[in-house]
Amino acid sequence: MEKLSQKRAPIYEALERFRRNRVVPFDVPGHKHGRGNPELVELLGEKCVSIDVNSMKPLDNLCHPVSVIKEAEELAADAFGADHAFLMVGGTTSAVQTMVLACCKKGDKIILPRNVHRSVINAMVLCGARPIYVNPDVDHGLGISLGMKREDVRAAIEANPDAVAVFVNNPTYYGICSDLKAIVDMAHEKGMKVLADEAHGTHFYFGKDLPVSAMEAGADIASVSMHKSGGSLTQSSFLLTGKGMNPGYVRQIINLTQTTSGSYLLLSSLDISRRNLALRGEQSFRMVTELAEYARAEVNKIGDYYAFGREMVNGDSIFDFDPTKLSIHTLDIGLAGIEVYDILRDEYDIQIEFGDLGNILAYLSIGDRIREVERLVTALADLKRRYKKDKTGMLSQEYIAPKVVMTPQDSFYAEKESLPLSETKGRICSEFVMCYPPGIPVLAPGEEITDEIINYIVYAKEKGCSMTGPEDEKIERLNVLV
Amino acid sequence: MEMWFSDIHTDGVKLSIRIEEQLFSSQSEVQRIDVLESKDFGKILVVDGDLMLTERDEFIYHEMITHVPMAVHPDVRQVLVVGGGDGGVVRELIKYDTIETIDVVEPDPLLVEVCRKYIPEIANSLTDDRVSIFHEDGLRFIRSKGDVYDLIIIDSPNPFGAGEGLFTKEFYGNCFNALHEDGIMINQNESPFYTEEAFQCQRMHKRIVETFPICRVYQAHIPSYPSGHWLFGFASKRYHPLDDLDKVAWKLRGIRTKYYEPRLHAGVFALPAYVEELLEDVERK
Repeated sequence: MEKLSQKRAPIYEALERFRRNRVVPFDVPGHKHGRGNPELVELLGEKCVSIDVNSMKPLDNLCHPVSVIKEAEELAADAFGADHAFLMVGGTTSAVQTMVLACCKKGDKIILPRNVHRSVINAMVLCGARPIYVNPDVDHGLGISLGMKREDVRAAIEANPDAVAVFVNNPTYYGICSDLKAIVDMAHEKGMKVLADEAHGTHFYFGKDLPVSAMEAGADIASVSMHKSGGSLTQSSFLLTGKGMNPGYVRQIINLTQTTSGSYLLLSSLDISRRNLALRGEQSFRMVTELAEYARAEVNKIGDYYAFGREMVNGDSIFDFDPTKLSIHTLDIGLAGIEVYDILRDEYDIQIEFGDLGNILAYLSIGDRIREVERLVTALADLKRRYKKDKTGMLSQEYIAPKVVMTPQDSFYAEKESLPLSETKGRICSEFVMCYPPGIPVLAPGEEITDEIINYIVYAKEKGCSMTGPEDEKIERLNVLV
Repeated sequence: MEMWFSDIHTDGVKLSIRIEEQLFSSQSEVQRIDVLESKDFGKILVVDGDLMLTERDEFIYHEMITHVPMAVHPDVRQVLVVGGGDGGVVRELIKYDTIETIDVVEPDPLLVEVCRKYIPEIANSLTDDRVSIFHEDGLRFIRSKGDVYDLIIIDSPNPFGAGEGLFTKEFYGNCFNALHEDGIMINQNESPFYTEEAFQCQRMHKRIVETFPICRVYQAHIPSYPSGHWLFGFASKRYHPLDDLDKVAWKLRGIRTKYYEPRLHAGVFALPAYVEELLEDVERK
């Protein structure tokens, strides 16, 4: 078959044909092109509800693609330089879970940094894999976790020759990349697969002068949040595989947990967003980088804020930096990042991606314009004028090395009791605790609770971080093993 | 041939003016600019489809946004006009020989050029020696300024579109910072009549009340603007708009005006009950 042009968008085109044919629906969804739910049409618009349709022959089937979805997957694989691409409708969470489930079985060891997204450890609860954590390097001044050092990865591989996979963030939420190529070489030499979480790295595949993408670096499988920097609808995502993976098996794993009613709104948004990036991505991301560089320079001119960038690169644990990320250290104005995050929203009507104890992250993308960047910078200047105070007593977010006692699965399903937070010291936790976003666990199932962790949770709650994970929604109690 | 320009005031209300001739139309990097000629309103400046000013009634807006603070602050030397590329505010300001510098921040060079060409009676004021024009974003301009102005006049278009940043708390906060310790900030505060504008009116007032110790609102009747009933915000660090009004001193300056009058000054701060209520509603919170 002749290769399709990146100018095509097979799913979108099929939906257009379908609409023109005015097919009478005696199938689900029951709103029947919106007629049965006028309020929904009022909210979403006629065009939107008319393409909210079911799988059918002319539109293909996400569980077993043979026509237009298959073509969309082939085009995506081509655009991303992958062997195979899968359209995902359960968020990048489901892509990440599929990566782990496709590479690890019960008892298998997987080498990974501890600053992973919760979905990675969730997948281990499901499959029973055993985490071998590599402590990421830490920048103590900024209070952020960095990438993994090559030597630390090598040591973990040598100490665990039976491990089946190495998991890498490419990049972290803050835009920091490990030396992915070197890690791929080390892992492949020992027959281990390399899994890359590229939730924040979609643009690496299209922009120039950006960090290396997982597929280019030779990783075996990667999860790409198309809905983050790629511009598709929330919850839509790509899973990419390289030569080392069997696509038929990966599809089976996806079908273990993914819906059989994949939304065509999500699928078509992936299709046209892929087309957009393939055709115009390079130029768009150059513009995003320029905006971010401008914002960094302007924020640093205000003083007391530190918008960090490529000067951080150290050749190892910060092997590369994603210049589209706008992360700003706020502790020197005497405010935690989460406090700045709240003030920006409540008083300036500016919503940023997240704030942690020492930093904020403003997410810039292909939808941003200079005028909004001016607002953000000006608001930060005004915020400093009004709120700047002494920073004594401010904690920064220190990385807390976990004490792993059991696998996530064994501890999650073990017999447990609920204790007040203050009485949990020394016990083994059976659930997650994390600030969301960024969703990187402070505690994961199977880890020992320490004073340091308890203090961190209390302080983060006090500063207004939104904590999630435990059964007790107020996070006053934790489930621990009996 | 009949040609009409309609300024859309709400989804269901518009003001239509019969047009004799379209004098100019072009898209700049920032916005679309049109100049129209009409019998009843004279020349009309239209930006992105919205009526900005008409030759016939612009004096009301420009006099009221300028002379009210000028009659209160006893010693204005440094002035900043944000927006105002049409030169209307500056034309009023240069009537005061005590003013030393007037900075005008107008992002769009084409707007200034077009106004100079088509409405020179208004825009020629911009050639005054005391005037410096900065073609940059208002937010960017203001955030590097501290303690430099006696008076800031925010002559911004509307809160939806390119000028949105000039209706924000961060902008008012940086204006506060750019003013001397006895400085005054005046903003056009939209109309209180239609629901959507009334909401913007409240929002602006709330942001300013949170920023300045003295905040009062005054009104004028501007026939070509939505509902014709227009508000201005008077925000000040020290001077009170009525208690510190010096009618005699202003009269002695011998400045000629067509709308502003020291006797009118006290009256324009007396607002209709529903407008008072609208404003008090956000002052309490």
